[in-house]
Amino acid sequence: MIEIRNLTKVFNRGTINEVTAISGLSCTIADRQFVTIIGSNGAGKSTLLNLISGRFPLDEGEILFGGLNVTRWPEHRRAAHVGRVFQNPRSGTCASMSIEENFALANGRGLKPGLRWGVNQRERELFRDKLALLGLGLENRLKDKVGLLSGGQRQSLTLLMATLRPPQLLLLDEHTAALDPRTAEQVLALTRQIVEEMHLTTLMVTHNMKHAIELGDRLIMMHQGRIVLDVEGDRKRSLTIQELMNEFAALKVGEMADDKMLLVC
Amino acid sequence: MTIYSFIGSLEQGLVFALMVLGVYLTFRVLDFPDLTVDGSLPLGAAVSATLIIGGLDPFLSLVFAMVAGALAGCATALLSTKLRIMSLLASIITMTALYSINLRIMGRPNLPLLGQPTIFDAFPSSMMPRHLLIPLVFLVIALSWKFILDWFLHTQVGMALRATGDNPQMIRAQGVNTDTMTILGVSLSNGLVALAGGLVAQSQGFADVGMGIGTIVAGLASVILGESLLGARSVAWQTLSALCGSLVYRLTITLALSTHFGFLRLTPSDLNLITAVLVVICLTVPLLKERWRGVRR
Repeated sequence: MIEIRNLTKVFNRGTINEVTAISGLSCTIADRQFVTIIGSNGAGKSTLLNLISGRFPLDEGEILFGGLNVTRWPEHRRAAHVGRVFQNPRSGTCASMSIEENFALANGRGLKPGLRWGVNQRERELFRDKLALLGLGLENRLKDKVGLLSGGQRQSLTLLMATLRPPQLLLLDEHTAALDPRTAEQVLALTRQIVEEMHLTTLMVTHNMKHAIELGDRLIMMHQGRIVLDVEGDRKRSLTIQELMNEFAALKVGEMADDKMLLVC
Repeated sequence: MTIYSFIGSLEQGLVFALMVLGVYLTFRVLDFPDLTVDGSLPLGAAVSATLIIGGLDPFLSLVFAMVAGALAGCATALLSTKLRIMSLLASIITMTALYSINLRIMGRPNLPLLGQPTIFDAFPSSMMPRHLLIPLVFLVIALSWKFILDWFLHTQVGMALRATGDNPQMIRAQGVNTDTMTILGVSLSNGLVALAGGLVAQSQGFADVGMGIGTIVAGLASVILGESLLGARSVAWQTLSALCGSLVYRLTITLALSTHFGFLRLTPSDLNLITAVLVVICLTVPLLKERWRGVRR
């Protein structure tokens, strides 16, 4: 279970560029729950993921992984519990290192690196089996540098790497946004397959309402650093794009009303 | 070029190859531009020379030289990671401090090792003449360190180190503390540079506080020369490139110093100018090649 209590994050505090990215957000995610997160630009979706992974320090609130308070843990320490895929396909892999070396680094996630040889034969077999699932022929290219691969291939690799050792929480930060539509669908299908087979607790940020509805068993809509819609179960299953559009429109109306009120006051 | 100056530049190329391996570690593997080396080379020389004069075994003095160099590198890395000072500036700060520290260690600007034992005395002079023995010893040491680095960079820690230079975001997501890796890498690098300094002091017979000037530029020139000559397809190949780059660099310098350009005759004092020109040429050749291809198409 992942618990987020009263989370607040303000960027550039005390300057004219002050932005409240996350504002008193609380949320509990049950084990094996697959949550999709949508929201307009600047809603705080990516910031939320970055706060959970520890990439940014938080201003207020607490984060608990299965009862373990990780609020003060640095990013690399939380990594033992978290698998991540980033928006930029270049962010999740090392271009100058081979496929098997990248996998070996992922296989050591959360473990102290030692002076043993980095990749052994048993690991190689495991990597080959995993790569064969992709159907891209990468299982025969273990020694190739990752920099030679396309964005879609690199993103698929990152996804496999993030789940090589089953993480307590999988964070997907718009991981298909930088890919062409066909590749995005392939990576999404792979995501669905891996998450279902491994029963992973997952948070997936997306801009695509269709994806947010199709995937997962819970949907969260964010706006101005808060959760404004949170549906799961039957309601999530029956959700339509039109309904989501209406929700978005309602938010915009609310914003305008706020502006008017400001003007009146 | 005479046979003696040829062997002399080979000897220089081989001993400074250790320094070049150190520069390769920071500049290429860690992507951490490190000017500390200008101070850690004379630091190694100062520590080794001072300890030998104090009666310590020459081999053991080199171990202390390496440790001192590693500490200097550690200081730079701490300034950069813990105090968030820009890496280039952090290394300049350490380099500046090391000038005073080196003077403190030696007690004066120049420390001769005349009549003092060196590691070369461990080999009987009947075995082979010194001008051949010294390059041979340096070759063995340089190759040993090349293979140690090849091994190290393929271990789990070594791979995490390479990943830290390539993509810190990625390796942090795998649970590695990138600060620790930077401290480790920069320390190891400066340990190697200080070892080179100690060996130079023992072979040329003195330690001098000014002997480190231009070390980083020579190191960069060698790394880049080696890469443009041999390429950088794998780690083992890159360390080989660094070794060869060091040799080619010293040979080029010797050649340039023994050549007349019309009325102009280059002297050893022109060394840093030649190096600077050489680095610019090496850095721009790939660009010029690209442009040349573009024009022909």
